[in-house]
Amino acid sequence: MMRPARLLIALAAWLAAGPAGAEQLVAALSGSRVEINSTYTGAEIVAFGVIERDQRTVSRAGPYDIVITVRGPARNFIVRQKERVGFAWLNREQRRFIGVPSYLAVLSTRPLADVTTPVLQRRLKIGVDAHLSVIPDDLLPERERAYRVALRRLEGEAGRFVEDPAGVAFLTPNLFRASIYLPATANTGLYEVETQLFADGTPLAKAVNTFEVAKTGFEQRIAEAAHQARWAYGLSVVAISLLFGWLASIVFRRD
Amino acid sequence: MQIYLPIAEMPVDMFLIAAIGAAVGFLSGMFGVGGGFLMTPLLIFLGIPPAIAVATQAAQIAAASTTGTLAALRRDAVDMKLGLVLLGGGIVGTAIGVGLFNVLRRLGQLDIVIVVSYVTLFGVVGTLMLVESIRALTASRRGVQPLPPKPPWHRDLPWRMAFPRAGLEVSLIPLVGIAMLIGVAGSVLGIGGGFIMVPVLIYMFRVPVALVVGTSQFQILFTMLGATVLHAATNQTVDVVLAMLLTVGGVFGAQFGARAGRNLKGEAFRLLLALLILGVGLRFAFELTVTPRDRYTIAPVEVSG
Repeated sequence: MMRPARLLIALAAWLAAGPAGAEQLVAALSGSRVEINSTYTGAEIVAFGVIERDQRTVSRAGPYDIVITVRGPARNFIVRQKERVGFAWLNREQRRFIGVPSYLAVLSTRPLADVTTPVLQRRLKIGVDAHLSVIPDDLLPERERAYRVALRRLEGEAGRFVEDPAGVAFLTPNLFRASIYLPATANTGLYEVETQLFADGTPLAKAVNTFEVAKTGFEQRIAEAAHQARWAYGLSVVAISLLFGWLASIVFRRD
Repeated sequence: MQIYLPIAEMPVDMFLIAAIGAAVGFLSGMFGVGGGFLMTPLLIFLGIPPAIAVATQAAQIAAASTTGTLAALRRDAVDMKLGLVLLGGGIVGTAIGVGLFNVLRRLGQLDIVIVVSYVTLFGVVGTLMLVESIRALTASRRGVQPLPPKPPWHRDLPWRMAFPRAGLEVSLIPLVGIAMLIGVAGSVLGIGGGFIMVPVLIYMFRVPVALVVGTSQFQILFTMLGATVLHAATNQTVDVVLAMLLTVGGVFGAQFGARAGRNLKGEAFRLLLALLILGVGLRFAFELTVTPRDRYTIAPVEVSG
């Protein structure tokens, strides 16, 4: 759902920007705030943008590529591995991953390997792998790699790590659009949407937008009360329990 | 119908949650156990973070045992004095257990202690009860008079106290000792311990079944009220929306459970409780020994280092 006003602002910004490089990239989001209410089951945000080419520049042989990276608030993870001890399966070893985005979507026009080189992917933080560590997978011992693979797989199954090589579509040769799906379990906080433009494997321009995921109304008040007025919150929950229990015994008094 | 849980930060089906509350509440009302040992695994299975599942079900158990205690009080089926003595022992045991929990976690041995204790505890308690209740059932069917019970081992211990309502005069040493052990187990294993308390009162202290349920619920009520407030104040892990959904189901379930329980004969009651405990024990044994579908698990952590 593109909002016309937002699109106009984006277009105005694009017209106002001077011809600094050969290509200009202007990107915008369908909204800057995802509100969590009692019926929240996830959200969709549309990212879109325009590539404007300077008239004096020679046209490029290859097509343009767009990579959109959405990063949720950073979080720390522990990945545990179960091992067989005698007859039982127990958690034995674990690895910590510090400062990993709690949500990560990498949407592109083509598979990342076709867009640019592995070295540039790592340097420009493109792709899920580039966010987990500075060390590439194939340089890690098998033992260590397994934890990273598990993190990627488990978060992927939960819809929080997404890599979609067909996630960005060109509507015209210069206008593109992508849908960002947030699962209901995605963290609250500030999300960064980085749009990067490539041609022939070379980065040409980038644009950054943000949106916020926040609880509103009742959900917001409950979360605030639980964290700020802890004792009062606990006592209120207990009072509700006692009230419910007492009401039920009144309802069932007959016998 | 989906509803978003503000503390657990995820949506759940509200009817499913209320149904789980009702089912666990039914068993809880019937047997006078809290039901935490059933509720916690169910909530975790639905994807609720374990810390929130443990803390929130305490609020639900508090509500269900309020109803249970009130109903028992009306039938004069609570030994208040016995309940208070057990509560006192339980509080001391819980404090010791919290300390032990932290020591075990530092040593990195918490996992193995928890799983092995679960399987042993549920397996042993369940099997003993099953054998006894089957023997009692077959004896009563043949019309054979059951053998007169042997005098309990704790008969000659000092510091005796009389519990007129339960028709019991017993030394405080085994009574408070057991309550403390249950408190320790409860805080290390994250369970209320009603399922140990009920058989102990029946078998070790020969308290009448009708009185055991009410007294156990009385003790559970106060334990769970305290647990809810402490969890909320120290960990902020009580989700009030989840608690209310579970409670709505739970209080009704507990009412029907209490009625069903009153219509059961003593032997049948013990047999069913034995099967329930054994079933949960088997489930844990299964989880422990069967090759997991996924060897890796992931958990978010707040602090680094």
